[in-house]
Amino acid sequence: METKLTTDINEIKFEIEKLNLYYGSFQALKEIDMTIYGNKITALIGPSGCGKSTFLRTLNRMNDLIQGVTIDGTIQFDEQDIYGTGYDIIELRKKVGMVFQKPNPFPKTIYENVVYGPKIHGEKDRSKLDHIVERTLKEVALWEEVKDRLHKPALGLSGGQQQRLCIARCLAVEPEVILMDEPTSALDPVATSKIEGLLEELAEKYTIVIVTHNMQQAGRVSDFTSFFLNGKVIETDKTEVIFSNPANKKTEDYITGRFG
Amino acid sequence: MKTYEKVIEKIIMISAVMSTISVALITVFIFQSGLPVLAEYGVLDFIFGTTWSPTNGSYGILPLIAGTLAVTLGALVIGIPTGIACAIFLSEILPKKWAKAFKSAIELLAGIPSVVYGFFGLVVIVPAIRNYVLPIYQIFDPDISATGFSILAGAVILAIMILPTIVSISENSITAVPREFKEASLALGANKMETIVKVLIPAASSGILSSIILGMGRAIGETMAVLLITGNMAKVPGSIMDPVATLTGTIAMEMGYASPTHQQALFAVGIILFVIIMLLNIIAQFSMRGLGGKTN
Ligand SMILES: Nc1ncnc2c1ncn2[C@@H]1O[C@H](COP(=O)(O)OP(=O)(O)O)[C@@H](O)[C@H]1O
Ligand SMILES: [Mg+2]
Repeated sequence: METKLTTDINEIKFEIEKLNLYYGSFQALKEIDMTIYGNKITALIGPSGCGKSTFLRTLNRMNDLIQGVTIDGTIQFDEQDIYGTGYDIIELRKKVGMVFQKPNPFPKTIYENVVYGPKIHGEKDRSKLDHIVERTLKEVALWEEVKDRLHKPALGLSGGQQQRLCIARCLAVEPEVILMDEPTSALDPVATSKIEGLLEELAEKYTIVIVTHNMQQAGRVSDFTSFFLNGKVIETDKTEVIFSNPANKKTEDYITGRFG
Repeated sequence: MKTYEKVIEKIIMISAVMSTISVALITVFIFQSGLPVLAEYGVLDFIFGTTWSPTNGSYGILPLIAGTLAVTLGALVIGIPTGIACAIFLSEILPKKWAKAFKSAIELLAGIPSVVYGFFGLVVIVPAIRNYVLPIYQIFDPDISATGFSILAGAVILAIMILPTIVSISENSITAVPREFKEASLALGANKMETIVKVLIPAASSGILSSIILGMGRAIGETMAVLLITGNMAKVPGSIMDPVATLTGTIAMEMGYASPTHQQALFAVGIILFVIIMLLNIIAQFSMRGLGGKTN
């Protein structure tokens, strides 16, 4: 099923080979092969329950938290096997940040949310932290809205603002990759389009992998699209190819809304 | 069916009214019995007087307040870190099935009658303090003499007694912290300990605070266990090895043989206790609500 991609991309961020994941005895991911390219946006689409979130969470090893999960196959990140013995998960999660489906700022101030990561990783210098807050909030286009209330509770923000804050919080640890699991599904259309607009700018500096159940969104924002079905990757290709001329009939059926 | 429901309703209403009335009557009675002495003796003289000597007509309860505070604070100093550590261990570190067993064991501690704690303190803690803690104290202060009946003994026993309150309420509130917060922290590269200290505990702080205040209320109100092991000496203490008398212990000890005025003074002590516990409960309620509101 693997389509060879003939593109001008040189940097490979993730190389996934024969990845299988089991929740106990239930196999949620089956023989997944995928390549994720640097500074591109890769969208994961497919009907709900097909394993998109599960796959995304293997990339920063968040599935490690769930009891009874077993994984085989390899995931190389910058040419290192992240499930290999001795691989530093903390380092991995610093480089591979995550934004969740439901905005989940900590019950702390806006400022404290952003500096949480840098502080954990040892940054104590107040002026540097101030700088990080300003830089990241500007990157997510939230600075103008919150610069006068940085020390107010983050939970006082609107849903869309909270989600942008969560992106800023993620950027503050200077990741290389940002994983996003349906980041706009809990938001209204205006907030959604703000975040979509953001993605394009972010892709200049970061590699983005985004799960979305919204086909238009995948079409609008992504460079590559991967179609998941029942724990398998049916097809990965350039987004315009997936949407105009998919190689697989199932992909076409899904794209044209015949099921899902 | 209709009449059946009406009867049940009436019974429930009567029980509610009865218990409310009982509480009200007890309150009125305590205040009625204790207020005359407070008025006559002067509230400030009563609270800040340093001599409690009913046979000589001195009713200064400062030594009793000091005794109660010392024992309670001691219990909190020992009980809070232990209790919170235990709550964290149960909610975040121990596998679920084990945590359940441990939690019920700790809750069982709450069911043991306090006189049993007192007796345990009497035969274990007091001698242990005399034999092991005192010699260490004597290195620094050779002249000190102590029997083991002390603030320290009371604090240790009370710490054990308030543990179930602190552990179970704190554990519940840590467990109730949304999983999303924990995931967000870990995904930022925090380790488990950092996540517990910087995210889970702050998010659960209102529950933890309430558990501490409720534990404190229990410690202040505790009578029997403390009575048996603190030595009952109504003197403002100088060190944790000194014997003290507490507010509750004094009422229990002296009520039996008290002269009428003395008896009124003991009721006045009761008023002070009443007010302290009321305040604590109000604070506990506020901390639950106030902080809880912010997290939502
Ligand atoms: N913690 C878990 N334990 C057991 N099964 C799970 C768990 N999480 C997800 N699954 C199952 O794995 C499959 C894939 O889930 P998920 O990755 O969340 O799908 P998607 O994000 O595509 O909707 C589903 O069948 C789901 O029921
Ligand atoms: Mg999902």
